Amino acid sequence: MIRIRRVVTPLLVALASLAVLTSCAKREAEIKIGEYGSLTGSTATFGISSKNGIELFVDNLNAQGGIAGKKIRVLVEDDQSKPEEAATAVNKLIAQDGVVAVLGEVASSRSLAAAPICQSAAVPMISPSSTNPRVTEIGDYIFRVCYIDPFQGMVIAKFARSTLKFSKAAVFRDNKNDYSVGLANYFSESFKGMGGTIVANEAYSEGDQDFKAQLTVIKGKKPEFIFIPGYYTEVGLIARQARELGLNVPMLGGDGWVSDRLLEIAQDALNGSYFVNHYYEQDPNPLVQNFVLNYRKRYNATPDGLAALAYDAAGVLTNAMQQLSTEDPKAFEALSGPPNEDQKAARAKLRGLIAATRDYPGVTGRISLDEHRNAVKTAVFLGIENRSYKFVATVEP
Amino acid sequence: MQEFFQQLANGIAWGSIYALIALGYTMVYGILRLINFAHGDVYMVGAFAAYYLAKALGVGGIGSASPLLAAVVLLGSMAICAGLGVLIELLAYRPVRRSSRITALITAIGVSLFLENAGIIVFGADPKFFPQVIAPRTIQLGEGVLVTNHQITVVLVSLILMIALTLFIQRTRTGKAMRAVSFNRDAASLMGIHVDRIITITFAIGSALAAAAGFLVGLTNPKIEPLMGIMPGIKAFVAAVLGGIGSIPGAMIGGLLMGISEYMVVGYLSSTYRDAIAFVILIIVLLIKPAGLLGRNVAEKV
Repeated sequence: MIRIRRVVTPLLVALASLAVLTSCAKREAEIKIGEYGSLTGSTATFGISSKNGIELFVDNLNAQGGIAGKKIRVLVEDDQSKPEEAATAVNKLIAQDGVVAVLGEVASSRSLAAAPICQSAAVPMISPSSTNPRVTEIGDYIFRVCYIDPFQGMVIAKFARSTLKFSKAAVFRDNKNDYSVGLANYFSESFKGMGGTIVANEAYSEGDQDFKAQLTVIKGKKPEFIFIPGYYTEVGLIARQARELGLNVPMLGGDGWVSDRLLEIAQDALNGSYFVNHYYEQDPNPLVQNFVLNYRKRYNATPDGLAALAYDAAGVLTNAMQQLSTEDPKAFEALSGPPNEDQKAARAKLRGLIAATRDYPGVTGRISLDEHRNAVKTAVFLGIENRSYKFVATVEP
Repeated sequence: MQEFFQQLANGIAWGSIYALIALGYTMVYGILRLINFAHGDVYMVGAFAAYYLAKALGVGGIGSASPLLAAVVLLGSMAICAGLGVLIELLAYRPVRRSSRITALITAIGVSLFLENAGIIVFGADPKFFPQVIAPRTIQLGEGVLVTNHQITVVLVSLILMIALTLFIQRTRTGKAMRAVSFNRDAASLMGIHVDRIITITFAIGSALAAAAGFLVGLTNPKIEPLMGIMPGIKAFVAAVLGGIGSIPGAMIGGLLMGISEYMVVGYLSSTYRDAIAFVILIIVLLIKPAGLLGRNVAEKV
């Protein structure tokens, strides 16, 4: 190990000085944005979709000349679907790479781990799709462009109660996951408030392989549906094991289900189930259709709700930078400069402009941020039939 | 009552997997007095070996499931892991055979970490989904108790392997030699038993059984990933100690007990205690019967 270090360290120093030299030459032309996400691990599609969405937006913007002549460069870090790695990734982006703003994460647990670092470094962070309300409560530098779980839970409860006419629910949550626990509570509260009863309340932990013990208990309580506010890997496995036990009621879920791997894992087990998404790719809005077309052309896949939100998060951030470049060109110049007091002041101005976002036309709908830095948006219900998704309804806030 | 029997059926299927892994721990311990912490990771490698073999043979997917090819996949992954076990013994444990037991133990932990992280590099951190090498079917065992043919396969295959192992150890010359080495290594060596070869065979068999467990877990719980061996490895170790480490029937009973109690705890208490129960049982058994359920009480020579 020591011997390796002896060789590697000078090499790294040489490389780093080279990087500094080249970046000095290009400094004026570039604004650095950081992105952290789960490119690998149990929620890998979350990170990959988000990365694609951001990349698509930023490359487009750069191709059109960037912002006031400056190009945007996105530095991406993988957090392996682990909260502790998310904190490390953001630390590196801010301290080493010197990014002026951060985009990420999808999973609330990971956003909650990274947000305090952005807040204390005064670097604006926009989470594309973390829905747990606590994320933006961390501080005034933390934003999101999606709806929050109290809304999502209420919408699902209402859909189950009034549209599907169910009154007996089983809740199966991931105990290790802030998003899942929060959403389960908001759903239960709303569902009970609407006259429904929760007949079974069971839990699992992310990474579990076997859910049959809990599902056997749920089956014994005879619910009309099971609400699973978890992530797609576990949801797919739970659905399969439920069917193996002869538990054939529909399942309902939140935006944690959004992944093109969901049905690959669940196979036929989720037919007849419903979940909430952030947008619908067949929305006739030309903005959406244009986005879907470009995304397909580039990645050979249909963008999911998380790719769309990431696209909009990049949009909201660069929109604020655009405004800064016209309102205060000097501050804007500091964004691509060295990390000094001027840049800190510029980031504070940028923060203010993000907070003032009103009616930004995104592919997931018009985005306005409220005083708690959350977006107020419509939710989209999708159903699953014959291993494909179908549009069911949209619900306004 | 229906619910109880359903939990019991699932617990037995799950416990069979622990039992298979526990056999490897107990065999190695019986012969070397070494707790092979890398054993749970050999089980992980077994699951991945089966995954890639099934992919290579084109088994899985709709219409291509076949019990015959499934058997080929099972035997193939067992062979690969037997080789891995021998390699681990040769490269990691043999050089420290004459050192203190703590050295061997730390080496075992090192091998375990090595396999886990090599797994992340080679297989990737993303979970993979085991192909359905046997077409799934649900079978009714009495009123309202449903099991899959996969779970029945798990129990049957484990049972066959355990019987085969017992016969091997009790009836063959090599088995007799293994028992002799376990009883007293130096005396066995003086009697002309090739101790190194017996140890190699022990590692090969133990690792092959872990690979079988890896295949079976892929069949019933299709998500496999490089860190999947940690928890089952620890629990199988507890199962081996519970049954009396060094005792083969003890490992089987310990494994089944662990599987069933895990299901009962999740079913009747809370899923939060799923992992804690293993250790609670361990503590209770060790307080009452320090050598484990079927362990021999060996008086310490002074």
